[in-house]
Amino acid sequence: MAAPVIDTQSGEQALNTPPAPRKRGSFAVHFAHYKWLYLLLVPGVVYFAVFRYAPMYGVSIAFKDYVPFLGVNGSPWVGTQHFQDFFSNPDFPRLLGNTLILAFLNLGIAFPLTIVLALLLNEVRLSILKRTVQTLVYIPHFLSWTIVASLSFLLFALDFGPLFLFLNNVMGTNIDFLSDPNWFRPLIVLQEIWKNTGWGTIIFLAALATVDQDQYEAAIIDGAGRFRRVWHITLPGIRSTIIVMLILAIGQMLNTGFEQIYLMTNALNRSVADVFDTYVYFVGITQGAYSYSTAVGLFKSLVGIVLIFGTNALAKRFNQSGLF
Amino acid sequence: MKIHNTTGGRIFDAANYVFLSLIGIITLLPFIYVIAGSFANEAEITRRAFFVWPEQFTLGSYEYIFSTPAFTRALVTTILVTAVGTLVQLAFTVTMAYPLAKKTLRGRQVILSLVVFAMVFSGGMIPTFLLVKDLGLLNSYWALILPAAINPFSLIIIKNFFQELPAELEESAKMDGATEIGILWRILLPLSKPVLATFALFYAVGIWNDFMSPLLYLSDNSKWTLQMYLRQVTASSDLLGTGNVDPNYIPPEQGIKFAVIVVATLPILIFYPFLQKHFAKGMLIGSVKG
Repeated sequence: MAAPVIDTQSGEQALNTPPAPRKRGSFAVHFAHYKWLYLLLVPGVVYFAVFRYAPMYGVSIAFKDYVPFLGVNGSPWVGTQHFQDFFSNPDFPRLLGNTLILAFLNLGIAFPLTIVLALLLNEVRLSILKRTVQTLVYIPHFLSWTIVASLSFLLFALDFGPLFLFLNNVMGTNIDFLSDPNWFRPLIVLQEIWKNTGWGTIIFLAALATVDQDQYEAAIIDGAGRFRRVWHITLPGIRSTIIVMLILAIGQMLNTGFEQIYLMTNALNRSVADVFDTYVYFVGITQGAYSYSTAVGLFKSLVGIVLIFGTNALAKRFNQSGLF
Repeated sequence: MKIHNTTGGRIFDAANYVFLSLIGIITLLPFIYVIAGSFANEAEITRRAFFVWPEQFTLGSYEYIFSTPAFTRALVTTILVTAVGTLVQLAFTVTMAYPLAKKTLRGRQVILSLVVFAMVFSGGMIPTFLLVKDLGLLNSYWALILPAAINPFSLIIIKNFFQELPAELEESAKMDGATEIGILWRILLPLSKPVLATFALFYAVGIWNDFMSPLLYLSDNSKWTLQMYLRQVTASSDLLGTGNVDPNYIPPEQGIKFAVIVVATLPILIFYPFLQKHFAKGMLIGSVKG
């Protein structure tokens, strides 16, 4: 099939798709021209309307007294009643405290560890070792929280878990890791570190690869040692990446990860385990307080939005690039 | 660049190599223990604190779980839901990404803004649950598939990929009278196979690992997926719905937990090398500003 050689303006016009009509009035022509494309759009647009935007409209039940047979539209308005109930509920300070403590533990321990691991991997010049370690530490990211929780149940189990027995032999202690409320937070942070520290290094390793290599040579000539080079060249080189990741992490602070917390919650550790995400589930799904729990969820999302814009503004004020 | 290594530098390197190797091994240890435990008998699991190789090799735990209807049903269910869900996600994402890749399409910008808005804001757990309930999807496997049919991030990435393909390919097909659907099916899809395979793997892992959707939407335990079953088995000592076993036979309770964990992890470990080949690249594309 030999295409004819076309070198004139008119010939090209004839062969190419006619240019799309531009005037507003000719939408019918435009639509007829692109009918197959509009047809292809239908499933996606319906999906977004039904499964993404309808629930956003459904958030209005936070200001209503939702009754299932009346539906979202038919249920009576109650204003900010559910929010007032929530803020005056003794659960509120406890949930806020539990959520914030977990968030700060993750930010203060897991986040810096990710950067440290990335820096250590970056210093490895033996590429086979670097690749092997990377391959191993990325694996847990792909496992479900159910598997992580199950592994924890086995390893820390009372009386025959390997870690229980190890500490029992070494220190003579009998620690009930899984139901002692004091051990809930350390276990959550430990799981987070095991599951996501390795994966988190990817973004920092990519940033580290872009640090200007000439600076290192200049620093070596000036007699800078390994640690001074990391401190004065490497870290400033990835500062903007660290700030962007920090803004994102702070924006996600109240999202403690429903699955992880839910799976590790039991009757004995509820006092420290309850966070906003699991509270919404327990109150909303298991107790049927739909409007009240929607209000709690909405409060959490609004705080998240304030946090992400706030940190971004703060980063800009300190002359950093920020996220947007 | 040649780095002149000082003695201090060499000591640091050696310590760093040892430390990182240890990190790698520690990451792997829980798996090795669980795999070893799944092939050990009940007595050995309770007697030995930790081991990486069973003294007495037995398939007892696997024989037991594969003869348990609740387990085999959960396994088959999960495989089917994962397969159908991955296909649905691919189909929905590709059909929407292709028209959005056409810059001359009117209304495109509005739809794209709505997609981006949906990345940032969501209705949350309860309104989504009520929607699924009102649609009559509770206790239906579609509840695990449809609410997550399109991931906005992958939609944008696939749209950008289509946009970067050379326009000449399509133009020559149009000359031959192909419709846009024909072009998508016969030209773009074959060209995008590696990209779509990567997304398919990530979708499959996501559905396989999903615990929240079955927890929310499947209250009927005969419909449970593997993750729900695993949760049930490892969180409590009494097994739900095992049934049909010899009453004189005492089940290896610990061994069952080990074996179920291995079965739930295995597909991920098998597909991991294929995932690893692509994910670093995919993740970086996704994190590009704007």
